Amino acid sequence: MYVTPARRAKKAVEAVIKGILITSSTVAILTTVGIVASLLFEAMRFFGEIPFVDFMFGTEWSPQTAIREDQVGASGSFGAVPLFAGTLLISAIALAVAAPVGLFAAIFLAEYAHPKLRNWVKPILEILAGIPTVVYGFFAALVVAPWLRGTGEVAGFDVSSESALAAGLVMGVMIIPLISSLSDDVINAVPQSMRDGSFGLGATKSETIRQVIIPAALPGIMGGMLLAASRAIGETMIVVMAAGLAANLTANPLQAVTTVTVQIVTLLTGDQEFDSAKTLAAFALGLMLFVTTLVLNVVALHIVNKYREQYD
Amino acid sequence: MELAIHTEVPESAPGLSVAASNPHKVTAKSVDVYYGDKQALKSINLDIPSNMVTALIGPSGCGKSTFLRCLNRMNDVVDGCRVEGEIKLDGENIYAKGVDVVHLRARVGMVFQKPNPFPKSIYDNVAYGPKIHGLARSRADMDEIVLNSLEKAGLLAEVRDRLDAPGTGLSGGQQQRLCIARAIAVEPEVILMDEPCSALDPIATAKIEELIDELKENYTIIMVTHSMQQAARVSQKTAFFHLGDLVEYGDTQGIFTNPKDERTQAYVTGRIG
Repeated sequence: MYVTPARRAKKAVEAVIKGILITSSTVAILTTVGIVASLLFEAMRFFGEIPFVDFMFGTEWSPQTAIREDQVGASGSFGAVPLFAGTLLISAIALAVAAPVGLFAAIFLAEYAHPKLRNWVKPILEILAGIPTVVYGFFAALVVAPWLRGTGEVAGFDVSSESALAAGLVMGVMIIPLISSLSDDVINAVPQSMRDGSFGLGATKSETIRQVIIPAALPGIMGGMLLAASRAIGETMIVVMAAGLAANLTANPLQAVTTVTVQIVTLLTGDQEFDSAKTLAAFALGLMLFVTTLVLNVVALHIVNKYREQYD
Repeated sequence: MELAIHTEVPESAPGLSVAASNPHKVTAKSVDVYYGDKQALKSINLDIPSNMVTALIGPSGCGKSTFLRCLNRMNDVVDGCRVEGEIKLDGENIYAKGVDVVHLRARVGMVFQKPNPFPKSIYDNVAYGPKIHGLARSRADMDEIVLNSLEKAGLLAEVRDRLDAPGTGLSGGQQQRLCIARAIAVEPEVILMDEPCSALDPIATAKIEELIDELKENYTIIMVTHSMQQAARVSQKTAFFHLGDLVEYGDTQGIFTNPKDERTQAYVTGRIG
């Protein structure tokens, strides 16, 4: 081996490139670590003031601590159950809308649609995913909620002007493309030989889909559903606009409920001091939300990956 | 005995000598198949005797698989595929209007090149066909069908104690026998096999070949194979396809020892293909 200046220059370039790449990934990782750490530490401070058990199992949420010491309700109460219940209620409504619609759309696209039609419909469906959530938000607040209220009145129901149903329905529409596109992928990943085998035994198309394709694709579809659920739980803009602020602990979708994300927004908007339990509560809520969606995502990805290995 | 009438049929076609005892199960008359504008099969005439193994051989792209898939109308699901002419199963044209494809495929089963068990248990794989055709009235009926089919496919001894295990967990050869059991469970009359051993090792292949030999007692078997040794070992009739033409058809022994056409000779001696 001989060493020339040119060779050394090459090596230097390699080192610089490697350095840039390492720095970039470090920045990304450190940011994540930083955010998680700040969530953790601030949440710890919060739990220093409010007992963890009160937060997790308390059923009353009214964090409006006072501006003046002697104000009524100055202590505030931080039971997060109504928030989680509201989040779950809205997410459940959203999934109840999006799961069947998304899945059936995926089955249609993957199994029935002519390729030409598919090339048209799929991008249109994916436009839904490109609409900013704030647009969905005011659509929910200004169109769907009043419509529900009007219809409810005619039918004799008492629908509040901001309802879990309105927010859930619109959120469901928002996550349809997520579910349909993931389901479409896993249905397409079911090998053609499965279909041939089933057709070869004299099964019809719908028998094949119900008894072979869907069971084969089910783990992947479930994974897609979980990803959609985690998206719904973390969604903010729609619920801020359409779900309401009142922390009602209710299972009635016609009433206003509030969600974890909405409360974080209201706790932190405006001028705030960062040492009161009120603002610190946002970190505790954020941590809970983070843990929930993280677990959902990990489980979902695990399921999806396991499914992918099955046919390789 | 009335079936014996069919046996007197053709001496006229060249290179076509029919075993005296077996009537024709499947007859193809001037079958043309097109994929879009491309013609994949040209005017195929072929009479396949029942209770025998008929091998379809020929180089890749010669149309032998296409022909096989015409026999249970699996080409129906292929976009742009058009079949002309007449294919008769027991004298009835399977391409006639009003033929129920579901019923046809129950009569003409199929085993594929790559073992394709469903991601279900061994039991459910075999029970799938009988279930969709409503062949079993009770759970006990179904048990009997499943066990019988596995037995006939020579797999029962190996899986008797794990019928609930997933079919995909079996070895390649076992999977292929499971697929054969699955096809048998519907009680077909004809079994089509599309290179059933090409994904298997020699030992698994030997087992399947042995099985095919036993199955011909009860079923008419038509198999596509790339292996000329296999065709020679298991089949009684061989049809040689080349570039969409049926070049030669006759007793397997004749095709391999005394081919009449130059192309057949070139193929079986390994000069083309």
